[in-house]
Amino acid sequence: MIAYLDNSATTRAADEVALLVAKVMTEEYGNPSSVHHMGTIASNRLIDAREILSSTLKVTPQEIVFTSGGTESDNMAILGVSRAMSHSGKHVITTSVEHPAVLESFEELKREGFEVSILPVDGEGRVRLSDLEKAIRPDTVLVSMMHVNNEIGSVMPIEEAGRLIKSVNPKTLFHVDAVQSYGKFIIRPRSMNIDLLSVSSHKIHGPKGVGFLYVKKGTRINPIGYGGGQQKGLRSGTENVPGIAGMALAAQISYTDFDEKIGRLREMRDYLTASLKERIPDITINGPERESVAPHIVSVSIKGLRAETVLNMLSDKEIYVSAGSACTSNNPHVSNTLKAIGLDTDLLESTIRISMSHYTTREEIDYLLDTLESSVDTMRKFYRH
Amino acid sequence: MQYHAFVIKYAEIGVKGKNRYIFEDALVGQIKRVLKKCDGSFSISKVAGRIYIAAEDFDFDETVDALKTVFGITGICPAVAIKRDGENFLPDVPGVCRAVIDFVEGVYPDKHRTFKIRCRRVDKSYPMDSMELAAEIGARVLEAFPEMKVDVHNPDILINVEIREQLNIFSEIISGPGGMPIGTAGKAMLLLSGGIDSPVAGYMVAKRGVELEAVYFNAPPYTSEKARQKVVDLAKIIARYTGKIKLHVINFTDIQMYIYEKCPHDELTIIMRRYMMKIADILAARSGCMGLITGESIGQVASQTMQSLMCTGEVVRDMPVYRPLIAFDKQDIVDISVKIDAYETSILPYEDCCTIFVAKHPVTKPRLDVIERHEESLSERIEELVETALSTDEVIEL
Repeated sequence: MIAYLDNSATTRAADEVALLVAKVMTEEYGNPSSVHHMGTIASNRLIDAREILSSTLKVTPQEIVFTSGGTESDNMAILGVSRAMSHSGKHVITTSVEHPAVLESFEELKREGFEVSILPVDGEGRVRLSDLEKAIRPDTVLVSMMHVNNEIGSVMPIEEAGRLIKSVNPKTLFHVDAVQSYGKFIIRPRSMNIDLLSVSSHKIHGPKGVGFLYVKKGTRINPIGYGGGQQKGLRSGTENVPGIAGMALAAQISYTDFDEKIGRLREMRDYLTASLKERIPDITINGPERESVAPHIVSVSIKGLRAETVLNMLSDKEIYVSAGSACTSNNPHVSNTLKAIGLDTDLLESTIRISMSHYTTREEIDYLLDTLESSVDTMRKFYRH
Repeated sequence: MQYHAFVIKYAEIGVKGKNRYIFEDALVGQIKRVLKKCDGSFSISKVAGRIYIAAEDFDFDETVDALKTVFGITGICPAVAIKRDGENFLPDVPGVCRAVIDFVEGVYPDKHRTFKIRCRRVDKSYPMDSMELAAEIGARVLEAFPEMKVDVHNPDILINVEIREQLNIFSEIISGPGGMPIGTAGKAMLLLSGGIDSPVAGYMVAKRGVELEAVYFNAPPYTSEKARQKVVDLAKIIARYTGKIKLHVINFTDIQMYIYEKCPHDELTIIMRRYMMKIADILAARSGCMGLITGESIGQVASQTMQSLMCTGEVVRDMPVYRPLIAFDKQDIVDISVKIDAYETSILPYEDCCTIFVAKHPVTKPRLDVIERHEESLSERIEELVETALSTDEVIEL
């Protein structure tokens, strides 16, 4: 039996999505910029995709920019807006637990002469609004904050933050990295005061290598790449039509029967965390409880075990989870978020992330629990002291 | 400049007396092996202490890079070769001069340089001797390119003109790796971890003509699939130089666990390494190897102090242990690792079986008698576990 429980790293594509991508690649392969019939068919795909994606956020199709994924969306939002707004201020704000795509963009801004404030988080991985309020200045051009933390699943107070930002400095723009939350939460950029929102397709059962950035109408933003002027010059390069079509279908599926699906996922998460606590001694579930945590991510520290060993053991049994965050597990450096929430140092290396999807079954969860329960004791015996 | 030949230089092989042909044939074989993977058609000939490669439709950089991986080659000289016209005739003296002038024209766009012509006349029937011919060619080159100057002591460009069964003109010498061609020594078993040192050690011994097999001790689930893949990748990198390598993957987990359970933790690494050596020794003897190779260097880590080396080397009964890096500083090892393109793979951060259980303060001056006494507590099951480990031997041909 295979238990794929690494859905925050990436997801399997939905069958319908894979079929559609193949169809567009082999049958509707025109360049959307071409004026002939094939071109028109391709550009219609883009129009449809914009329509579908914008409707999931209740924004307008013109506000969707297609990108190559979460990293490019984050880069474009942060660099593009800060550079365009630098005449009115060179101060930007983010948090200490962001994805490297965000943090490294801010490093680049620092090199370009911006002043960067990095907000700490509380023990559950959330920014304190009081810290945010104090950090906003008259020359602050951008605040960037993730919606759902990729390592522990905590949900940032996005709505409150949006309101606060606009009340302290209406000119400050608000970027939200929604890579882990899109498809799992209802997001309404307009009422939430979000000016820019990053989304990745492969986290919601769409193809890899594609994503989008919501850019609120009227937002000043510079391109970060140059070329043939596609997408109003903001993102040159022939659009990834099959990927975009696949992403739109995946998004549509995600937001169909939404409440029911999320309810199931929450139940599964509750079952998993309760069973872990019940069946595996000496574990800690990281992050907040129920309402302020994403329905699909569980971060668990298993005292006396190395995450890498657990991962290898599980992998051998065809159970796939991550250590800390998948994006950094190849690096010896310890997870950002786990450190930031003040996890005990001896637990930093002992933390795994289990992340589920709509495809996850109770059987997979039971298989994981059984395997952990039966092997944790033996493995603990051989922990490096 | 359109080169269409290479003159291959080799050093030590040239002085091996009557066995010389064995070494030359091995070298030709190795050159054929690497050129098989290159675009183009090549004909390799061995004449009077020289190896020539005539090349057609080839990519210059790809070919040179391939030749740089052949042990035994000290220099690769891209050359222009002019075949005999008809049966007997090489170009006459004015013809040779013209060919050299064309060569200079093509290879050196900037003529503000000093040069020297060096001739070798192997075909003594050629109407002018080496000295005369060099002087004549030099004069004609000066005439053609007045910006150039002759400097016989320290020229910028040394142009070699060889009158043999064909006319060869070459000036540039690209360094080869040196050493002896693979297949001229014997076979040895490399203990390959995922680190920086062992691939370099394998490379260095192979450079003396030694064929390699390698053994990796895998410790799942404490080491990952990626760690294993890293070792496979490293073996592939070494195989670029050595040709096919057999990599043995041995499952070492149970032995490691058993030692961990029974022996003092500060001696874990030493005892573990003793069993690795033992298993490598058995495997090596079975595959006809004449030595073990390790990447050890005195004092680099606790398990490589002189005392530790004594304890780990002592278990090898059937053959010598070669430790080519024994007196190398880390930086020197890193330099070679970078040179052979192993470094970036070596530094990928995956746990290997030597690091996972390492004690905080491992013993640095183990005493053999103490170690042996502690190993007695393994006596119940260790032989059986060693046999089991040997039976897990998974051979990957790279």
